[in-house]
Amino acid sequence: MEIQSMTRSAFLARGAVAVGAAYGAGAVAPFVGTALASSTDVDIVNFALTLEYLEAAFYTQAVQKVPGLKGDVLKLAKDLRDNEQQHVSALKATVKQLGGTPVTAPGVDFGGAFKSETTFLKYANTFEDTGVSAYNGAAPAISSPDVLAAAGSIVQVEARHAALIRLQRGVTPAPLAFDKSSDKAAVLAAVKPFIKAAM
Amino acid sequence: METALNELANDPSSRKRFLKAAGGAGAAAALGTLLAACGGGSKKMKTAAAAAPAASKGSPGGDLAIVNYALTLEYLEAQFYADVIASGIVKDPKIASLAKSIAEAEQQHVDALTAAARKLGGTPAAKPKASFQSVIDGGLTKTLQTAAAVENLGAAAYLGQAAKIQNKEILAAALSIHSVEARHAAALNKLTGGNPLPDGAFAKPMAKADVLKAVQPFLTA
Repeated sequence: MEIQSMTRSAFLARGAVAVGAAYGAGAVAPFVGTALASSTDVDIVNFALTLEYLEAAFYTQAVQKVPGLKGDVLKLAKDLRDNEQQHVSALKATVKQLGGTPVTAPGVDFGGAFKSETTFLKYANTFEDTGVSAYNGAAPAISSPDVLAAAGSIVQVEARHAALIRLQRGVTPAPLAFDKSSDKAAVLAAVKPFIKAAM
Repeated sequence: METALNELANDPSSRKRFLKAAGGAGAAAALGTLLAACGGGSKKMKTAAAAAPAASKGSPGGDLAIVNYALTLEYLEAQFYADVIASGIVKDPKIASLAKSIAEAEQQHVDALTAAARKLGGTPAAKPKASFQSVIDGGLTKTLQTAAAVENLGAAAYLGQAAKIQNKEILAAALSIHSVEARHAAALNKLTGGNPLPDGAFAKPMAKADVLKAVQPFLTA
């Protein structure tokens, strides 16, 4: 329940960095309502869309590039690729329904992620866990119940992906009793190394 | 299911992988959540369900009902794991350790939801009376199958309520539990030979009445 990090992020996004830094996240609480209201659903869905573009590109390239990918892991990569592509389509449609303009896909460079099955799964683990924390962090700021329900539907699938990748790696599928939520700044910092063009 | 379980039972490396994967506190928590969600519908739950027909928008008073609904499910999960441990059906010390860590994590969910109910100015739901003896009597395979079913039910139950929650902190808490249940649902589905992504790219919610109906067999009135 890292609510503070989410609210703090929203607050910081409004430019009050100095206040947050000086008084800590607790001091930010009174401003939460206002700060959250400033994030439009279009902004949030476009943020999610950017992440889904990244994930879809990641698995698309993985299927093509990871040497010797086969069997269960290849099937998993394809299943996840297909899911992420469906998420991209759904989120683009959602932005349009909300009267906005969907962001375009970012340029990507996944570095050494596809060197081996091991590196692929390690990076995938990071992407999926980051995706879960990003949705969990952003969802409370969504105004439309319909958009929130859609985000919930997607984050459940992201969490399932995270568990499956973790299982494949031999690590615990659910490391915490309460999944983390990440603010936008933290998510962007995590994915920044893989984005070529400025977001 | 049989295939995966047999593999777990007969293949030391597979079993080791499962134990390692499932052994963390997080896994335990997720498992616990699922079971709780599956667990049962008390008379209180049934009353609440009847009194609160699906409102798509929700209301401030609705948050308390949702929290107490989740709390009831978590109580059932916690009891499920406690009963499984107490029954002695789990012989392997590593699985026993897993069950213990799940039970502990489950208690964290109960505690968090109890606090949430009070924070909303309400009275936390009482622990429902339930029995999982028929599951345990069915053996370890049936117990694991039930765990998987409960986890999927739990994830669907949380998803069914998310958009109705008005309080942002309650929503954030529910989401943080929801995705943990989803992780366990996927892991247990996979390990028991089921489809870890049963709804494809978009998970389906379940209405409260349907969830309560599903857990009804575990309730003792």
